[in-house]
Amino acid sequence: MTTQQTAHRWIGRSMKRVEDPRLLTGRGQYVDDLSLPNMAHAAVLRSPHAHARIRRIDTSKARAVPGVLLVMTGAEAAQQTGPLPCFANPPVTQHCIAVDRVRHVGEAVAAVVAESRYIAEDAAELIEVEYEPLPVVMDPEEAMRSTSDAVLHPERGPNNIALQRTLTFGPVDEDFATADVVVRRNLRWPRSGAQPMETVGALASWDEATGKFTIYANTSMYNYVGWLLAVSLKVPAHKLNIIPTIAGGSFGSKLFTHKVPVLAATLARACGRPVKYVEDRIDNIMNCDNHGSDRIYDVELALKNDGTMLSLRMKVIDDYGAYLQFGVGHHGNALAQLTGPYRIKSARVSLTAVMTNKGQQGAYRGFGSEVNNFVVERMVDAAAEALGMDPVEIRRKNFIRPEQFPYKIPTGNVYDSGNYEAVLDKALEMADYQGWRRKQREARAEGRYIGIGLVSCQERSVFSATEFWFWNHEPGFALTSSPDSVDIKIDPTGKAFVRLHAPFWGNSPETVATQILAEQLTIDPADITVTYSDTDSGLPGTGPGGSRYTVMVAGAIAGAVKELKAKMFRVAAHLLEASESDLELRDGRVSVRGTDRGLTIGEIALQAHYFKLSLPADVRSGLDARHTYDHPYTTLPNADRTDMGVFYPIMGHMCHIPIIEVDIETGQITFLKYVAVHDAGTVVNPMTLAGHIRGGTVQGIGSALYEHYYYDSSGQLLTATFADYLIPTLMEAPENIEVGHVVTPSPYTEYGIKGGGEGGRMGAPAALASAVEDALRPLGIKIDSLPIRPVLLREMIREAQQRRP
Amino acid sequence: MDQERVVVTVNGVRYERMVAPRRLLSDFIREDLGLRGTHVGCEHGVCGMCTVLVDGQTARSCLMFAVQADGTSITTVEGLGTPTTLHPLQQAFWEKHGLQCGFCTPAMLLTALELLSHNPSPRRDEIREAISGNLCRCTGYQTIVDSIEYAATLMRGGGR
Repeated sequence: MTTQQTAHRWIGRSMKRVEDPRLLTGRGQYVDDLSLPNMAHAAVLRSPHAHARIRRIDTSKARAVPGVLLVMTGAEAAQQTGPLPCFANPPVTQHCIAVDRVRHVGEAVAAVVAESRYIAEDAAELIEVEYEPLPVVMDPEEAMRSTSDAVLHPERGPNNIALQRTLTFGPVDEDFATADVVVRRNLRWPRSGAQPMETVGALASWDEATGKFTIYANTSMYNYVGWLLAVSLKVPAHKLNIIPTIAGGSFGSKLFTHKVPVLAATLARACGRPVKYVEDRIDNIMNCDNHGSDRIYDVELALKNDGTMLSLRMKVIDDYGAYLQFGVGHHGNALAQLTGPYRIKSARVSLTAVMTNKGQQGAYRGFGSEVNNFVVERMVDAAAEALGMDPVEIRRKNFIRPEQFPYKIPTGNVYDSGNYEAVLDKALEMADYQGWRRKQREARAEGRYIGIGLVSCQERSVFSATEFWFWNHEPGFALTSSPDSVDIKIDPTGKAFVRLHAPFWGNSPETVATQILAEQLTIDPADITVTYSDTDSGLPGTGPGGSRYTVMVAGAIAGAVKELKAKMFRVAAHLLEASESDLELRDGRVSVRGTDRGLTIGEIALQAHYFKLSLPADVRSGLDARHTYDHPYTTLPNADRTDMGVFYPIMGHMCHIPIIEVDIETGQITFLKYVAVHDAGTVVNPMTLAGHIRGGTVQGIGSALYEHYYYDSSGQLLTATFADYLIPTLMEAPENIEVGHVVTPSPYTEYGIKGGGEGGRMGAPAALASAVEDALRPLGIKIDSLPIRPVLLREMIREAQQRRP
Repeated sequence: MDQERVVVTVNGVRYERMVAPRRLLSDFIREDLGLRGTHVGCEHGVCGMCTVLVDGQTARSCLMFAVQADGTSITTVEGLGTPTTLHPLQQAFWEKHGLQCGFCTPAMLLTALELLSHNPSPRRDEIREAISGNLCRCTGYQTIVDSIEYAATLMRGGGR
């Protein structure tokens, strides 16, 4: 791996993570590791039907089981607790326990609280439910035509279309009219999901004396929209304190886990004891509210004969499942980089979002943009083939050039900076691209099928809030803020305490904050401690997601340190009888420039805490600061939505080159090499960034080759365990993902940092599709659909061989 | 439900408890003994999160009943090092970035410990084989293999 040359002391170093010693020794304190005195345990009875009315529930046998404290149906829960938060407009009503109708297999029908989880699960099995089955809607294209009882949410309209809208950016029709060639593909992106190793859980308690809830949960957006859980629980926001626990992985899926905390809190209030509910794996796979995109595309790319890309048109149907918690935000996200790294002048997207009897979509690493990357790169490969061009050259020819930044794409989003050819060239060199093309030719002569995939993808980072609502016909709650905060204190001994207002969810927030604060204060990382706020003490914090946290926390820390430094300089100037303008902060010491006169941060802090009468009269005691950092660059969309404004401008880039061999007898894919070059601007910690790239790449390999929430026509989820839902083991991962960095700093962020947390998964699926298609080019096989499971690959190979005996 | 007497030694400490015959070893370790470093990921024996060593051999504690462990000696992650005196395996995982969220880490450490106990100088393909039954969703596995390879060096007395 290459590392950057840096003028910084701590930023740019592969510092060992400060989170690790406690994680390595089993002291992580994940949500299921917590317990409270007198705590009870919950289990949930789940629907075996994909779509049914609940006619009757008999809980008497369950209530009679010794050790059972409470059995609660949806109707009973709804007497105390309202619907769950929903960001769609108009909203879609969802309850923590289904009230009179279930809309997907696995939806909660009743909950049991007991002295142990064993007893609760025993009792849940004794609950008798009478269902009246309703028509099941599984096919997204059929869903567009559903009527009467097949409509999931009749209060929202007469069919299962959640949202239908066409957005046009620039002169699309004119550009298509002047095109020499129009390339068209039908593409399919399957439903997969994050499936972190830890499921979602909450431990809730209710204090009857104060009327206040306390919920420990592995949720992320608690300081952004956590108060919405109080609305669901029908208490004022100050009567709910959410305490974040660390998350055993999220990858988006714990962005805002509302259902489990609300359920645990509802049960705790009803039974008067603290209640823990942690999903088991089947709960999580069926019912985690975080399935990923599930899309059918009809795409056209217009080009000139010389390969110049002109315009992009796409029709997309997205199967959102039974509920719509984030609206169609995923399609907002995709508009950030709709046209990729290319100078495509215009674009049109026709979206039909439908509702079916499947688990609802949530967030998964890419939030819809990974799908768009797959679509754009498939189209570029198709264009290269149609025009007889080299896939490298067609990309090179159409790249936005370094001198064109900041560059506004047709949707209105602005790309801050980039050097796409530098990334491409570095990847080609690391992969020995030409050498492998030669080996590929030799292998083909021997009847072996080696494929070289290549994609050049955007890696947008640092989301703004507008993407959640600008697709809506009526915006709804059209929020525009997405800040993050820190508060920092320096204690009388000179140690620095920084408090984050967003949780650890598998990333490295403590390490990153430590490195940035050490850089800013010129102190040793060992003198810094990092803690997390709860909602009682929380400042505005949007949290990780959309590859934003490193950029945002850097801005927040820099803002707080500016205030700390001003005070330290004021105090030091007074005590040293020097002018503030002659002072500098170096090596943890404020000193008079060019002399050895100075005071350490500890000495200044001691004075600031205890020697008020030695300080200027208007200097208050203590040494602390808080800072809320807003999104560095975001603007509103226009009224007719021909320009979405700037909402995701911190633009990273990547080039992935997987080199694979397909065994055409078995359909097995073997990695021969994998190169991933990323530009995430200034790198804070090359080791942890490479970790995200490698891990995300293997997740992307899972999405491309194995993972699929597969429902049958009756709505049963056939992949509800890890034995059936195949996340990559070590044997499916490349032995060595070679990571390279190119550094094009952002002009808009502190230190020029860009986000990089999602990158691997945003490129790998497109890259694998490219590689498999390249391997099987002699057979004329096109990869239009994922996952490319071995059995499907074998079918395609068999058909191709029959076509060309 | 009737309870059975279970006597086990965990991380060198002897425990004597009455447990229901259906109580999973994973729940027994986590809840009855309070050793929360053993994690539970799927409860059907696929993911490997709950791996512990039973008489020196890896076992999925979600697929064993506590009563089956009667008379055995168990090692959990708490039996390795502490945050200030890490076991060489833990040190190696720290230095080589062998973890991100940390949820699979205790199981990976114990699986690696079993490998290194009978093969102190494993090749990379032997390491890959040894940990191929444990899932990790964060790292892509590469740095876990690096970590175990490096731990082997440390445990053989090799330098940095």
